[in-house]
Amino acid sequence: MKEKLTEFITTRFVDCLLPQRDINTNLLYFSIQKEKLPEVVRTLKDHPEFAFSFLNDLTSIDWLGKREPRFEVIYLLRSPKLGHFRLQLRVPVGEGESVPSLSEIFPAANWPEREVFDLMGIPFSGHPRMERLIMPDNFVGHPLRKDYPLEGPGQDYLIEDLLTIHVKEDITG
Amino acid sequence: MVMYEKTAEHFGQKFKDLPEGHLLVNLGPSHPATHGILQNVIQIDGERVVDTESVIGYVHRCFEKLGERYDYNQFLVCTDRMNYVSTPLNNIGWILTVEKMMQIQVPDRVTYVRMIISELSRIMDHIICNGIMGVDLGAFSGLLHLFHHRENIYQILEKLTGARLTTTFCRVGGMERDIYPEFQTEIKLILKGLKPALDEFEELLIRNKIFNERTKGIGGISADRAIAYGFSGPNLRAAGVPWDVRKDDPYMFYDKVNFDIPVGEDGSALDRTLVRMEEMRQSMKIIEQLIDGIPEGPYHADVPHSFLPPKDRVYHNMEELIYHFKIIMHGVKVPPGEYYHATEAANGELGFYVVSEGDKSPWRVHVRRPCFWYYQAFPEMVKGGLLADTIATMSSLNVIAGELDC
Repeated sequence: MKEKLTEFITTRFVDCLLPQRDINTNLLYFSIQKEKLPEVVRTLKDHPEFAFSFLNDLTSIDWLGKREPRFEVIYLLRSPKLGHFRLQLRVPVGEGESVPSLSEIFPAANWPEREVFDLMGIPFSGHPRMERLIMPDNFVGHPLRKDYPLEGPGQDYLIEDLLTIHVKEDITG
Repeated sequence: MVMYEKTAEHFGQKFKDLPEGHLLVNLGPSHPATHGILQNVIQIDGERVVDTESVIGYVHRCFEKLGERYDYNQFLVCTDRMNYVSTPLNNIGWILTVEKMMQIQVPDRVTYVRMIISELSRIMDHIICNGIMGVDLGAFSGLLHLFHHRENIYQILEKLTGARLTTTFCRVGGMERDIYPEFQTEIKLILKGLKPALDEFEELLIRNKIFNERTKGIGGISADRAIAYGFSGPNLRAAGVPWDVRKDDPYMFYDKVNFDIPVGEDGSALDRTLVRMEEMRQSMKIIEQLIDGIPEGPYHADVPHSFLPPKDRVYHNMEELIYHFKIIMHGVKVPPGEYYHATEAANGELGFYVVSEGDKSPWRVHVRRPCFWYYQAFPEMVKGGLLADTIATMSSLNVIAGELDC
């Protein structure tokens, strides 16, 4: 089943796939160009045999200082027809770029996409209401980004720097 | 203060041109019927709900950010605070994810106890949901009948973990300590008392005519819409979709025990209550199959590099002292990679997605909280209904603020 699905995706979506690195994971995954994402998802959802009709999870990763482009939006689709098989789609996104919204295809994507926008700062184009969901409207910054200070806004240092700052203070004063 | 002003301004704009006779009702953020801090701004025309706006985030603690700083055992205390009505289920979901990543095989004894505690927690959660639902609709006695039994389960947890609410049950590689000698007999006693209590509760509350008429066909959602909105757990099963992670993607020994998945018909508040009632009985069935078969043996896997050695040995042996120091200072070592592990928590599929780069802490943790996915359907479910029915709908959905915001 896994081979069949891999074969289908690699032949059907040749121009949508991106080269991907090897990840030690329990999921079958594909890197997709962000412009082609709605097309790929819609095809997988409407496919009579595979029928990935359930959006299982939607999240994002910040690879600051590790990989380029900086962000990855992670979609997890589930196919009840294939014995609840889970398929992961990864969409690399750079700073300031937006991803097409899936809320037309899956109403479930509405809040998770707003959450990703709110906490990670990745906007979704075509979303009916791209506003903050969890943080207050007047909040500045995106807390899940790696360069956002753990202790909150108004502090321009990261927690690793905290130790060195205090050490310096002890030495000088 | 700024936050509230902003929110008021925001709603003022959205509902600027209210038609003649329409009213805005503010339900929450601190309201007896919301069970936790979440807000609904409801536009009503007479008694009919026209539109609803849900505001969440009042209990947001950004555990996903904290997870990037804590080590794998420390993040366990964050999972306590997600669904705080059935904490061990979250603990076990997290620990299973980390153990799968590290490829630790725990002894059968541990898995048996984890399963028993999982099912007890599910019962605990459903008692709260169904009981409080009665309270919201004006029937207090049902909750009191069952609460006594919930207290008994809490006492088991207290003896097992030392805490009642924030249990922090299990550690990577096993349990924190072994079960106590009367564990089995006490659980059997609880089951013996709970069975007639559930029947009594059903007669007292669910067969009550007033309760029936207030919940039948209220706040329903069709199977298609429920799937489209990412429903899972009892709320999805009430709509007639027999999905359960315990059956579809079995973890622990759920493929070896015998139990049924109850389903409803129209996904209404009554169906959700009935599904939860039957799930409690099925959970008892699972516990009965396991309780006599707990194998003897150690309560943790043989993994000295990730499971803390017993304290008395730490003070006298060098190896144990080294391991103790290494685990406390450097945490457990999880190989680089990614893992998504789903468990069936009380509200549905609770998934942990962990990205590890081989460090002490994960590079990224994401929690797929069932509440967060199904609560976005709330405006659709209450639209066109009566204002009083939104209370019944919300209670039967079992929205837990701690899980919603994470």
